[in-house]
Amino acid sequence: MSEPVSALAGARFDGFAKVEALPPRGMVTVRGDFESAALQAAVRSAVGIDVPETGRVLFGVGTAIAWLSPDELMVFCAYDAVPEIVVGLQNALADTHALVVDVSDARALFRVSGLDVREVLAKLTPADVSPNALGPGVLRRTRLAQVPAGIWMTGESAFEVMCFRSVAQYVFDILKGAAIPGSEVGYF
Amino acid sequence: MLILRCPYCGVMADETELVPGGEAHLKRSGPGSSDDDFEGYLFHRENPKGVHFERWRHSAGCGKWFHAARCTVTLEVFGTYPAQVTEPPQEIREAISSKRPGWSWREYE
Repeated sequence: MSEPVSALAGARFDGFAKVEALPPRGMVTVRGDFESAALQAAVRSAVGIDVPETGRVLFGVGTAIAWLSPDELMVFCAYDAVPEIVVGLQNALADTHALVVDVSDARALFRVSGLDVREVLAKLTPADVSPNALGPGVLRRTRLAQVPAGIWMTGESAFEVMCFRSVAQYVFDILKGAAIPGSEVGYF
Repeated sequence: MLILRCPYCGVMADETELVPGGEAHLKRSGPGSSDDDFEGYLFHRENPKGVHFERWRHSAGCGKWFHAARCTVTLEVFGTYPAQVTEPPQEIREAISSKRPGWSWREYE
């Protein structure tokens, strides 16, 4: 088995906020009818978390589930745990119209942290990143400069950013540019 | 700048998060239709000064298509609604009527 490699292994930048490329993480996409009891039960038993409400992300022990669209969920887990979760979900959904795919290597993850972290994001996205709109438990799919991305809070003044792997360098560069010391706006 | 509420995500999505999809509620004229109907389906579009119905896609968000009713003069948005309909829903028509009495768009009013 080959070693998993993230898009920008270990890249980091210390500006007025810290930007770090995160190591590989398990990601499983689940598509189906969220109203169906079979899908809800399958997700609960395989991941241990309920299907989140619209636009939300729910965290478990080492896992998380994010609502990506009206028929699409993203399960986050340890990279090694993916085969077990995929098989568990596929078996539970064998008789249901649903899709479960391991997409761990399709995306890149970043962590942006620091007191002024919202300013870094606000420079890049048209989305409302104020604490009222983008608080804990909210996952906002939007764009960062020219590419689609997902943003959610992982702690006090820390966000995680998800983008497609092919644009990982671009997203790292724009986050870096937005966090350059001296470019603080002081809005939030 | 147009800001539309995505009826699926519930978020206020900026125009730059969306992709425009042209006129809404087109009726397809396919095989077996007359040449005139087919030409109309392909090429004839409304170009109103006022109330207009459009399709939009939340491309940087949930990726779903939805409909929007807005005014082309003032950019006022009367409402957005899911794409699983063949004509503007009643509440959208009422919202337009309350602000633009006597409006009409194609066969709707």
